[in-house]
Amino acid sequence: MSHKLTDGGQVLHVGTLARVEGEGGMHIEIKDGHVGTVELRIFEPPRFYEAFLRGRAWTEPPDITARICGICPVAYQFSACLALEDACGVSVPDAIRTMRRLLYCGEWIESHALHIYLLHAPDFLGYPGAIEMAKDHPAVVERGLRLKKVGNQLMTAVGGRSVHPVNVKLGGFYRMPTVSELKSLRPALERGLEDALETVRLVSTFDFPDMEQPYTYLSLRPEQGYPIESGNVVTTAGTAFDVQDFNAHITEHHVAHSNALHARLDGGGPYVVGPLARYTLNFDRLSPLAQQAAREAGLGETCRNPFQSIIVRAVELVYVFDEAIRIIDAWRDGVAPSVAVPARAGQGFGATEAPRGVLFHRYRLDGDGTILDAQIVPPTSQNQPSIEADMRTLAERWVELSDHDLSHRCEAAIRNYDPCISCATHFLDLTVDRS
Amino acid sequence: MTALPKLAVWKFASCDGCQLTLLNCEDELMALAGQVEIAYFPEATRAVVEGPYDVSLVEGSVTTLDEIERIGQVREMSRHVVTIGACATSGGIQALRNFGDIAEFRSVVYAHPEYLSTLARSTPISAHVSVDFELRGCPIDKHQLLEVLSAYIQRRRPRIPTYSVCVECKRRGAVCVAVANGTPCLGPVTQAGCGALCPAFARGCYGCFGPQDTPNTSALADRLLELGMADDQVMRIYRTFNAASEPFRRESERHEAARNEEVLS
Repeated sequence: MSHKLTDGGQVLHVGTLARVEGEGGMHIEIKDGHVGTVELRIFEPPRFYEAFLRGRAWTEPPDITARICGICPVAYQFSACLALEDACGVSVPDAIRTMRRLLYCGEWIESHALHIYLLHAPDFLGYPGAIEMAKDHPAVVERGLRLKKVGNQLMTAVGGRSVHPVNVKLGGFYRMPTVSELKSLRPALERGLEDALETVRLVSTFDFPDMEQPYTYLSLRPEQGYPIESGNVVTTAGTAFDVQDFNAHITEHHVAHSNALHARLDGGGPYVVGPLARYTLNFDRLSPLAQQAAREAGLGETCRNPFQSIIVRAVELVYVFDEAIRIIDAWRDGVAPSVAVPARAGQGFGATEAPRGVLFHRYRLDGDGTILDAQIVPPTSQNQPSIEADMRTLAERWVELSDHDLSHRCEAAIRNYDPCISCATHFLDLTVDRS
Repeated sequence: MTALPKLAVWKFASCDGCQLTLLNCEDELMALAGQVEIAYFPEATRAVVEGPYDVSLVEGSVTTLDEIERIGQVREMSRHVVTIGACATSGGIQALRNFGDIAEFRSVVYAHPEYLSTLARSTPISAHVSVDFELRGCPIDKHQLLEVLSAYIQRRRPRIPTYSVCVECKRRGAVCVAVANGTPCLGPVTQAGCGALCPAFARGCYGCFGPQDTPNTSALADRLLELGMADDQVMRIYRTFNAASEPFRRESERHEAARNEEVLS
């Protein structure tokens, strides 16, 4: 919808930005064919997690911070665990780290399948949503739902349920899943791997606008494997640092048009976290099958087109299915479900790769484990400045398009990031102001 | 042919997990789409069918002035309003602000608190408009959600039990973690619906479905104290995802007072 302003300018208004998690809006001002202010507005009401975590016990953040996001609760649980275990000087055994990776694979499968099929694909195939898309492409939507379901089944087996799993605690799990419980998932995971490969083939046929991002990419990189549940920070600017030095490199700013804080790297321009960053910085760590799928889809070892993030998500799906099957096949019963994490005074840092990018937690504890101070930096607030920069690039290039078409392009560009506005606080409402 | 009932899904302050539970009905979603018209559900589709709506599912709590206005509009447009989850039903985890100082909270998280517009308390939907049914859980259970939707499609009362988690736990044949291991467990005062999930994973219930019908919170609190918990811990166990629900709020405040007295003496 568009209407005239009293000063002769024009405002285009596209209600709620749909198919994102949370609530936000977009504002673009165009004057004499030139793009002025571009703002991603986040209206999701603040919920003040960092404030009310103070005074809680050191054992509580995995359950409490899970509630920041229903789409990626495991990311919150494990970033919290790493930070609090770091504060208490505890490092969990490899077997527990492996089981965490398996639960996290479930969350990546669920979240990526949701985004690829239900939220993102309708942009490329020209439908308002997946339910409408299902009328013409029933097999495609069925495959998406089948993939999502396997992710949920894996999360339920390891975590008890897929939204806000109950089985995660500091030091590990309340109860380890057994070999027979895990093996029963294998047929569904094998089918899922086939579906994931089919997904890569499908999305690689989509029509992608020609666009290259110049931004710095930032992701974790562990000693082995593709980054999921651990790793140090690396960037395409050539910097590398430990998670505990996050605050020395990343600064957050509060801007008037958003209830999410904006993040900057080393005082410089915008940087990007998420699938494109992980892929570009860790292509060598993908399994041979995932690398082959990427090559067949026409991707190089780096990817700088944000619209192609849908292909990278599909390649990551292949990887996490591969990885989940590998972990399940190697799993043996008899592993202690957790190690003790006694409280001590100190500060701890933790970061993991949420499906949409690096999620950082920091906690400061007093001697009896009471939380004195908490800091959470979600992926969407780190991506916010880049989302705005992409909007500007698109608006400048397609300034001649009708408001309707430009709005569609811009919404799609926002969805490239799989933004979780619930995480970054939440709501998208697009306005283009032309004068 | 009669028109399909129109379903709308609304979001207030929340994590999206209860809406996601609807999308997590993978086997039922397409069948559901044939039984109802999904008329407004921005998380799933940009298509919007104008109201009025037969059933509105409402996720999230009310935390801003805008939201007070919006929930009034939702009520006006809806034949039935069903709240989904702990936020919409009791104020959610963000109702922890109700026990603190919101001005101070703002300044802890944000450098420019003047940019924010937020209320001092997080309140359930029923504090603002009449609600036809409240579905519990943080998050809700997908089978209960499907039962509620079926009930409204078939124009009957939803069959959702209001007894405690203990009943489900016994039925499941799980070992009582409180009796066998002395693990603090809110099962005796928490409404069923999860299937006694936590005890099945060898942990105590943490009350994410909120208080059962007429819960004896103080008797359970006494037992928790006997098990060795301090008043501060009892206060916190009642003060999580349903902290502002009346029985849990009263019990947590009782132990907050006891803790403060202990500190003074």
